[in-house]
Amino acid sequence: MKINKKEYSYMVEQASPPSHLGKNCLWAFIIGGSICTLGEWLYKFYKNIGFIMSDARLMASISLVGLAAVLTGLGWYSRLAKKAGAGTLVPITGFANAVVSPAMEFRAEGLITGTGTKMFIIAGPVIVYGILASVVYGLILFFISPMGR
Amino acid sequence: MGRIITLKKPVAITTHSCVGGKKEGQGPLGEYFDIISEDNYFGQESWEKAETEMLKRSFYTILKKRDIKPQDIDVALGGDLCNQITSTAFCYRDIPVPFLGLYGACSAMAESMVIGACLINSGGVDNALCSASSHFATAERQFRTPLDYGGKRTPTAQWTVTGAAHALLEREGKGPFITRVMFGRIADLGIKDANNMGAAMAPAAATTLKEFFTLSGEKVENYDAIYTGDLGQVGTDLLKQLLMHENIELTNHKDCGLIIFDRESQQVQAGASGCGCSGCVLSSHILPQLEAGNLHRILFMATGALLSPTTTMQQESIPGIAHLVEIVAEKE
Repeated sequence: MKINKKEYSYMVEQASPPSHLGKNCLWAFIIGGSICTLGEWLYKFYKNIGFIMSDARLMASISLVGLAAVLTGLGWYSRLAKKAGAGTLVPITGFANAVVSPAMEFRAEGLITGTGTKMFIIAGPVIVYGILASVVYGLILFFISPMGR
Repeated sequence: MGRIITLKKPVAITTHSCVGGKKEGQGPLGEYFDIISEDNYFGQESWEKAETEMLKRSFYTILKKRDIKPQDIDVALGGDLCNQITSTAFCYRDIPVPFLGLYGACSAMAESMVIGACLINSGGVDNALCSASSHFATAERQFRTPLDYGGKRTPTAQWTVTGAAHALLEREGKGPFITRVMFGRIADLGIKDANNMGAAMAPAAATTLKEFFTLSGEKVENYDAIYTGDLGQVGTDLLKQLLMHENIELTNHKDCGLIIFDRESQQVQAGASGCGCSGCVLSSHILPQLEAGNLHRILFMATGALLSPTTTMQQESIPGIAHLVEIVAEKE
């Protein structure tokens, strides 16, 4: 071939259609925004029925996670995500989907060696680095804040 | 001598069969498949078992069409995309045929036909049963993410065909006929994006075609059509551009990955892919046209991306391969 890797890389860039950034952002905003609005509504709902603020927040998150898990089980979440992209990935519902989908997928390899082992194949790194980050931030806070506060 | 293998006597493709899933049935070639299953599980409990069952249905279809028994087959050659090509091996585990498993990723159909034709040409066997299969669900979990994971496909991504195909090559019999074959060389122009397989495989297709035309003295216009396996739209554009640089204008090129689905209405982004793609298009579309006399002389070149999930994660580039089969309707 007369083409070298650098020239080919340029050719590929030209030949590959880009993602529809504007359209994708709009869908992500609408669906992602709707999920967050639902979360806000759930928080107010739980507060109205007598939960204290911190518990109401927790309940809203739990409800969203539960809902996303059920929708994943029914095969609807991935259909929604096809349109929403980051709109379904970023909210807490995306995290639930990332855990439930491999848990279902690898059921064929058994409850322990399949579901149990592969459940965190996507969400695992988020948990690992999320915990690491919280340890680092906790340490920073510990050293910069005056004792006893 | 050596690079292009001219068969002493053209090898006949006497019978062929293909089985597809639901989406394949809804595509432009749907009505030309031997069997379409509305159930992508093919009545099985796992996707891997479904792929094996699909292959078995294609196998028994070809036996029935040709009216032969498994014992009549001298050798079965074939491959798929699952780890250790288990779909194909498991298809033949209960069937008493001599079996040679092949891995060439999506080039499996052409790879098995090239080897099958050579085995018959050598005088060692009288017939060779070639196969290729892929299943959308087994390939997704092998190479990408779980089916129900909410991800957005990039515009360069391709949709793995759920399909299995067989072609029976024989020393004697009615055509179409394989006249020449060529093993491909691996080509790698540094593409690392596993969501852009067309771009990764186009250099291999260009390398094989360029070499074939140079060594054989043939020209593009000597063929009614030149089929590639699963380059999709991006790979097709790149193949044409690469050959332009070699002063070859590819006017009669068709890609199986752009034939099997309706790209717009079936939402398959850049097109189709998978071993089953070129296999099923060969059996449902190309060979019937040669048999009907609509095509007389073609090149069939299935392309494969020789990557694994491990090499992708280790940031390796993707080597591509393309094997070539020359098929004619009538013996010249």
